[in-house]
Amino acid sequence: MVKKEMKVTKASEHTVEIITNSGEGAQKCAQIFGQTCAKMGNGVWTVEIIPAEIEPPHHTVTSTSGNIIRFGTHKITNWGDQSKLAIAFNDQVLLSRHRLNSLDDNCIILQESMWENHEDEFIRRNYAAAMEEMSGKNYRFISVPIEEEALKIVTNPSHGKNMFALGLLAEIYQRDVSIIERQIANIFRFKSQKVIDLNIQLVKSGMAWARENLDFRFDIPSIPAEEERIVMNGNQACALGAIAAGMELCAMYPITPATSVSHELAEIIESYGGIVHQAEDEIAAAGVAIGASYGGKVALTVTSGPGMALKTEFLALAIMVEVPLVVLDVQRGGPSTGLPTKVEQSDLLSSIYGQHGDAPRVVIAPRSIEECFHSMVTARSIAETFRTVVIVLTDANLATGVQQFTRPELDIRWQQGPIDQSPVPEGLRPYEWDPETGLSRRIIPGTPSGQHTVTGLAHDEHSLVSYHPSSNELGMRMRSRKLAVFQSTLMPPTVYGDEEGDLLVVGWGSTQGAIDEAVDRARAEGRKVSSCQLTFLSPLEPGLKAIFSRFNKVMTVEINYSDTVGDPYITEETRRYGQLAWLLRAHTLVDIDCWTSCPGQPLRPKDIYRNIIAKLEPLQVVEKGEAT
Amino acid sequence: MSGLAISLLDLEVDSGVCLEVEDYQKRPGKWCAGCGDFGALNAVKRLLAKEQLQPEKMVFVSGIGCSSRFPHYVNAFGFHGIHGRALPVATGIKLARPELDVFVVTGDGDCTSIGAGHWIHATRYNANMVVMMLDNNIYGLTKNQTSPTTPQGYASMTSPRGSVLPALDPLQATLGVSNASFVAQTADWVPAHLYATLQAAYEHPGFSFIRILQRCPKFTPDVFEQQVKDPDLTELLVHEDGVDPPGLEKLFKARRIHNPRNIDDARSLARRRDMLRLGVFFRDDSLPVYDEVRAVPPVTPQEKINRLNKEFERYAV
Repeated sequence: MVKKEMKVTKASEHTVEIITNSGEGAQKCAQIFGQTCAKMGNGVWTVEIIPAEIEPPHHTVTSTSGNIIRFGTHKITNWGDQSKLAIAFNDQVLLSRHRLNSLDDNCIILQESMWENHEDEFIRRNYAAAMEEMSGKNYRFISVPIEEEALKIVTNPSHGKNMFALGLLAEIYQRDVSIIERQIANIFRFKSQKVIDLNIQLVKSGMAWARENLDFRFDIPSIPAEEERIVMNGNQACALGAIAAGMELCAMYPITPATSVSHELAEIIESYGGIVHQAEDEIAAAGVAIGASYGGKVALTVTSGPGMALKTEFLALAIMVEVPLVVLDVQRGGPSTGLPTKVEQSDLLSSIYGQHGDAPRVVIAPRSIEECFHSMVTARSIAETFRTVVIVLTDANLATGVQQFTRPELDIRWQQGPIDQSPVPEGLRPYEWDPETGLSRRIIPGTPSGQHTVTGLAHDEHSLVSYHPSSNELGMRMRSRKLAVFQSTLMPPTVYGDEEGDLLVVGWGSTQGAIDEAVDRARAEGRKVSSCQLTFLSPLEPGLKAIFSRFNKVMTVEINYSDTVGDPYITEETRRYGQLAWLLRAHTLVDIDCWTSCPGQPLRPKDIYRNIIAKLEPLQVVEKGEAT
Repeated sequence: MSGLAISLLDLEVDSGVCLEVEDYQKRPGKWCAGCGDFGALNAVKRLLAKEQLQPEKMVFVSGIGCSSRFPHYVNAFGFHGIHGRALPVATGIKLARPELDVFVVTGDGDCTSIGAGHWIHATRYNANMVVMMLDNNIYGLTKNQTSPTTPQGYASMTSPRGSVLPALDPLQATLGVSNASFVAQTADWVPAHLYATLQAAYEHPGFSFIRILQRCPKFTPDVFEQQVKDPDLTELLVHEDGVDPPGLEKLFKARRIHNPRNIDDARSLARRRDMLRLGVFFRDDSLPVYDEVRAVPPVTPQEKINRLNKEFERYAV
């Protein structure tokens, strides 16, 4: 074979997709590739592409399972725009990615070669139709006999193609093979040496094929980190954060995309003196956590939107009786069953206001995977200090995104000391609210002379049921006061970019990376745009109105629904805003606009960028919700 | 009664302080005159005094309803929560603090209707607690609505022409659950039996479910009227492993020796409708107790940090 001239392209970052049927091992391939990139010093962000079903019919557009790996010389904070290279195990799963606009116009596609001339006419026809549909783009297709090559080494190609694909990537991106080998040994550490050897052999055969047949390579330089780092997804970070925070009981009911938090915990928490209790339903999970916390344990309940809805009554009870509780809500698309495996930021208002009566609670939203870890420590501390409910809002983007971050320095104070169980002095009332702060001593069962009955009914400082107007008003005031006291301990949020300008983009939670990247692009063009990512949503961080006043326009960017003015019936009077926009408008009386989108995917920097530009130049109309 | 004397003596040696029955009353019950809940409260206070339980080492957990006001009247820690959800809270308390004595007070609406899911699963968890299900066959606090245990044909505000379905039988339901370990039935109008049943439930290691038939003078004054008037309509299930309170032989002539370890007999007796049966239908001390099987040894904060630092190695870049 005549070797073509090798072309090595240097780039500061690249995005790769591995697209397969579910069950073909894309996640393992991507996990090892991402880990290898991280270990070599690249910034990495990976995103799972997962169907809601366990193993839908193969070779269809709905069976797509895969992974996106964005890696670069610099820190990577989000999944970016489009993929520059893809490995596809069949035409239909590839087509699904094409239809979602996930592939760059010039994407290099390494495609399984066996379908084009397959003996089954149905498969051939579908293949031809798929290729026709994708012909409008400038994709570069390269046929690769993935299954044929894998079959030279293993008998079941479903357990081999992924490692062959990993070999292709290893060669294209010139990865350090010894790191890959160590990763394989680690991932298959519970399997036999034979399995490990076979997998390494598959990787090497992929590399050899690429060496023989591909005329391009990419060079993504890396800067090895100085500090120690760990790499994990947001759910793993929350689980380890819960351990670091000394949490002793996690009560949960299975719900996507939150469940893997409890998988992580179930694996290890007992060696930390705690347990995972899988309750009979979401309501009971909240009840068990509240009971355990009332008993003096540090308790957590983990759920997603539908579970939050079910837990509402219990959360209000915890607030009413002032039992500390941490609730982790890994948000997914709603309403109803919605988009179980997909991202949305639409539980904000229901988390803050979702109950009958007034039940003030703390709501925080970590902005990165690193913050997922630390949010659990923060949440516990707030919950116990203020004897209230703290809701931590992450989402499917953080839950399954994988990123490296500085290895946390664990602090023994995060575990916090035991609760004061000294005898309760005569005359101390169970809710002896400090008139300034609303705080009172937490008296747990077993405390001598502490016996009293807590009740969800309106009660006075003695914890006696009371229907008196004045005691009801006092209880309301004291429970609310605690939020104001907590807010007084917060710092104003930082502004990314200049402190003043034409436009301030305000986001919350997981969108930070994409928003900041979009702002960088606009600023590189000389636009006067800054961003501000909120993490404390209830109570809101201080100083917002002053920050907003230094910008001509303020706009939230969120992954949830909002109306577009100009749509039928939608006017300034009827328009429904994004959830953070609602909150900030009410809070600051500033005329805050929003751009929101709910495509069931993380936001892309380029879409945010386009809408920043559109906001600055109102004549340019951008179609809302068109996320690509 | 010799048991009582011994246990009182033991405690006097221990602490030197003897708590009387009335010491366990926080404040008088605020139920209607003639309400069966008073009988349950009296029996509980007697049990606590007999066992000399420390008020701060017990938690009474309840949901919503007339009977769920119970914790407000007992000198102990109390958790008066939300409708139907006493059992998850009690399970959480027991998981957190297995050394505490946990009592759950619930009603037919609270337990067998809105809290039915928790009832089934708490029975299966078999956490060590006493559950008193005060069954007056009606929703009382919300003023006279049909409950799952309301007799078929019985009129209420929501079924003015009579309840259309056969009543749910809490005994059969509980006896049908895997890992059910103690199921008994007693009645507020037989105080000696109520007290003895509570005592047996308290001593049982596991989830002790007692259905206490409870008269509601306001809304169901007649559902148990015949049985209250005519003891011949009631059969006592007696056994050395169940309850056989002294002094009831003359009043209740119908006595059946029932070995409560026999689940088939228990289910069969629960199904029969010929007489009202009071006694321990089933008990099995050998079944897994949730708070025991989930117990894990404590770990010091420093050791947790050491282990977590090691855990990080798995994720090291």
